[in-house]
Amino acid sequence: MDYFFQQLINGLVLGSIYGLIAIGYTMVYGIVGMINFAHGDIFMIGGFIALITFLILVSIGLTMVPVILLLVLLVAMAVTALYGWTVERIAYRPLRQSFRLAPMLSAIGMSFVLSNFAQVSQGARVKPVPPIITGGYTLHDSGNFAVQLSNVQIVVVATTIVLLAVFSYIVARTRFGRDMRACEQDQTMAALLGVDVDRTISMTFVIGAALAAVAGMMYLLYYGLVDFFMGFIAGIKAFTAAVLGGIGSLPGAMLGGLAIGLIETFWSAYFSVEYKDVAAFSILIVVLIFMPTGLLGRPEVEKV
Amino acid sequence: MSAAATPLLAIRGLRAAYGKIEALKGVDLDIATGEIVALIGANGAGKSTLMMSIFGRPRARAGHILFGGRDITALPAHEVARLRIAQSPEGRRIFPRMSVAENLQMGADATPGSAAERAMSLERVLKLFPRLEERMAQRGGTLSGGEQQMLAIGRALMSRPRLLLLDEPSLGLAPLITRQIFAAIRALNREDGLTVLIVEQNANHALRLAHRGYVMVNGLITMSGGGMELLQRPEIRAAYLEGGRRA
Repeated sequence: MDYFFQQLINGLVLGSIYGLIAIGYTMVYGIVGMINFAHGDIFMIGGFIALITFLILVSIGLTMVPVILLLVLLVAMAVTALYGWTVERIAYRPLRQSFRLAPMLSAIGMSFVLSNFAQVSQGARVKPVPPIITGGYTLHDSGNFAVQLSNVQIVVVATTIVLLAVFSYIVARTRFGRDMRACEQDQTMAALLGVDVDRTISMTFVIGAALAAVAGMMYLLYYGLVDFFMGFIAGIKAFTAAVLGGIGSLPGAMLGGLAIGLIETFWSAYFSVEYKDVAAFSILIVVLIFMPTGLLGRPEVEKV
Repeated sequence: MSAAATPLLAIRGLRAAYGKIEALKGVDLDIATGEIVALIGANGAGKSTLMMSIFGRPRARAGHILFGGRDITALPAHEVARLRIAQSPEGRRIFPRMSVAENLQMGADATPGSAAERAMSLERVLKLFPRLEERMAQRGGTLSGGEQQMLAIGRALMSRPRLLLLDEPSLGLAPLITRQIFAAIRALNREDGLTVLIVEQNANHALRLAHRGYVMVNGLITMSGGGMELLQRPEIRAAYLEGGRRA
């Protein structure tokens, strides 16, 4: 039982990271109907920006960990958001009136551009950092197995919850959130009501990238390393999470992220680590056979 | 309307096309402040295209659109909306996954306004369409056709428009609901001085309501005149009023 609880904790932490990335996929899909294949690499960029900011802050002699973390978070979100904005501006917007697959192909291209850019500018080797947040709690010790909750795990889950609360508030209650949902449902009508559709789409990419940056930073804190290739697998997992939850649905993305995180962790713990990806994708296939729109997705056809 | 006054909306030689199909072939149309103008014509004549082209969708290939004397031909749709031109478009285009209240809020957001002004617009809309008040929390997509039409008009009114464009407000509605909606438009014009351009296939209703009317055939204005005057013309009666009854 203790082993089970430990895996539950680990799975929820991993799921939080996937969920934060998945929101970016689902938001962009909702508003422009494309899969932003470069989003995983935006997450990777977020990890690197967090690493670089951390090293700069430490080298100028900052030692207070909470201050460092907060600054790293803000800088990573801001700079990565700029990446997201730029990618949309140069690679997707010019293709918006083109055929449906064009921006998707462009996104695959941007994915290569970003990962190669990171490889060339930062080097191909894995970049480790010493543990920034240490310590933790032993929740239960049965003698031969102790359930651990580390402080990093607490930080990851707490940050995710706070950001999701802020994000949900923005989407549900603010003018920007309303404009975003309006663009999602009917861009022409939104424009007739004074909504600057291009600007709203840009902002969607900015928010998605900022959340991916948080995920990148959490990944750095949790695993203690980043590399230029990490966006690929994490991106595919998060995309799977978004589809599993129902692409276009924001709560679905988070739920899908948690589900993928848990499946992966439990499979590794009880069966085999080698096949954890197979397990995650198999569950996706099974769910899609029985629920083609995902867990919380809605059918494409709308009554008008 | 005095002949010398600048019309609120002036369309001059407007041409617009979807790809290679020319939908508007040089349209001239004037609307003075405080007028109700009806644009009638058969299906596919270009009425809705004309209305959408005011918002640049499709963009004019030639000609000009002047609003209050200002050339708005090249403005993007969202900037046209901010000039207080509101449209209840073809198909109503209610946001289906937003509540009625949020749909109305979207209308209010189109133009700047104080909280007090917004509250007043909301009160006015709910007085005109009391049915909407009972439905405030319901999703737009779940409303009946008539309620959606009321919501589309209400949403347009929430921006406190200087010019209201209505595309086929009677389409698919029961006669009773149609009468309610037309009564609401008349009230808005008489009491609030609202300027209205209404596109209709239902020529009888529209011309009775309007001060002036235009008849559109194949992308061109073929006739214009006072509402009742047009209604008396034999060719209008034959083409748009009695066609159904004769059969």
